[in-house]
Amino acid sequence: MLMLEGKKVMKHFGGLVAVHNVDFGINQGEVVGLIGPNGAGKTTLFNLISGSLPTTAGEIRYKGEKITGLKPHQICKKGVARTFQSAQTFAGLTVFENALAASLFGKKRAISVPDAEREATELLEFVGLSTVGAVLARDLPIANQKRLEVARALATKPELLLFDEVMAGLNPAEVARAMELITKIRNKGITLFMIEHVMKAIMKVCDRIIVLHHGSKLAEGTPEEITTNKKVIEVYLGE
Amino acid sequence: MDRVRVSFKKHVPLGLLFVTFVLLATIPFYVQPYLVILLTTIFMYIIITVSWAIFSGPTRYISLASAAFFGVGVYASAILGKTLPLPIVIAFGGLVSFILALFIGLLTLRLRGMYFIIFTFGVSELIRHSLLWWEANITGTVGRWVVVVDHTTVYYVMLIIFVMALLITYLIRRSRLGLALRSIGEYEESAAHIGINVTALKTITFAISAFFMGAAGAIMATRWTYIDPHIAFSPLFSFMPVLMAIFGGTGQIYGPVLGAAVLAYLEEILTTKFPYYYMLLFGIILIVVILFLPHGLVGLVQRWRKGGSKRQNANA
Repeated sequence: MLMLEGKKVMKHFGGLVAVHNVDFGINQGEVVGLIGPNGAGKTTLFNLISGSLPTTAGEIRYKGEKITGLKPHQICKKGVARTFQSAQTFAGLTVFENALAASLFGKKRAISVPDAEREATELLEFVGLSTVGAVLARDLPIANQKRLEVARALATKPELLLFDEVMAGLNPAEVARAMELITKIRNKGITLFMIEHVMKAIMKVCDRIIVLHHGSKLAEGTPEEITTNKKVIEVYLGE
Repeated sequence: MDRVRVSFKKHVPLGLLFVTFVLLATIPFYVQPYLVILLTTIFMYIIITVSWAIFSGPTRYISLASAAFFGVGVYASAILGKTLPLPIVIAFGGLVSFILALFIGLLTLRLRGMYFIIFTFGVSELIRHSLLWWEANITGTVGRWVVVVDHTTVYYVMLIIFVMALLITYLIRRSRLGLALRSIGEYEESAAHIGINVTALKTITFAISAFFMGAAGAIMATRWTYIDPHIAFSPLFSFMPVLMAIFGGTGQIYGPVLGAAVLAYLEEILTTKFPYYYMLLFGIILIVVILFLPHGLVGLVQRWRKGGSKRQNANA
């Protein structure tokens, strides 16, 4: 089943074309990677999907329903959650409160406070932050801030998760742990769409990869197809 | 032993709160009228500051529209005071401010930082000058007389509004709305992306805070007896709550209360003792506090408490 679908999605910032006529489709249960050089329009595309930015033209559908024009909080409640490129945690709140807030507000149906507290506790355990629940988010090292963002996104009970470079700034050991976490999330049945620069990771976990270049789709295919694609090697991967 | 200590710690502040309340409720019976009037003024500042902090504390949006909400309450009282009973006049003053805040909120809460501050200040000034123009050109008389209410009644009404504002502050802080507001203050974009309807929550909270300012204005008008746009919408009512909240510290509920009480009392002392230098002295005190107490009086109290508990540990 097609979970997320974009038709001729466009975004202009004044004269600058950030995203140009991009078509994409993501099936339920898939892990799809979004790669491309800096400034290719990857994060902009995520911002269009999650409602941070209005589209200039084109249409984005989630489970067949048009979501372009909806507010971020409405899109979240439909089941689309995201993380941010530079961790945007609630710095002055505790780790637990960060997860609790998402658990309380992220769902279509209201949830009781005790239920939300239970869920937040479980999720902190799931991402491996259960020992630092009472710590202020600003005091976490960067790898854990990224984990907290993942926990916060999961707390909204999403069916589709948008990961914007969850592995950026992590050391190799932390990358390995992040990949484990991604596999665990996938096993929960959550569909993943992820921007990533860590090639080894993305080739390993993704079923399919979309390559953006100058705002347009350059290529799309399985990791093998992408690594052997001449155009992709030329503009992004290198020889 | 531990359990005893815990319940002791828990009940002492509650008991203290109760004693304070009883004291405040009975004070008009055994003090000079002057003191009752002074306390009324202090409570007016506390109410404006506490209600300012309901919205601006957690969200970190610095609003300079307090004078608009306060002044609208003052005018509601001046216009309706002759025809309607006092409780209705006060509720009406609060309600009009509430509705005005909803409008201002929907217009301005998309703005952030400096733009929001300037816009809210502009709104207060716009109302003041529009009203002045209206009175000078349409009605032909500037200012109004307000029906006088005896000062004990004014005091009690202020006390009731104060207790209500404090109660609402407490309830919001403990509720999921409080958590949402703090999330907005920390990172608004993230808050929106975890499903918080930021515009709606900011607007409704802004309006709740305006309600108490309007109610305080409505009762204060009866003590002033004569009001005009300069008195009712004085920019001082926009700046004072910000200063008082910073002075007290916004991290705890009692911060704005403490800040407003101390500064309002200080203002009274300085105006009577040093009428010519009071603004100068007031300014110096403010600068010293902001320089040396970045977390306000609350920070001072916490530092003192921490010091106390350290000594305790050393003894044990």
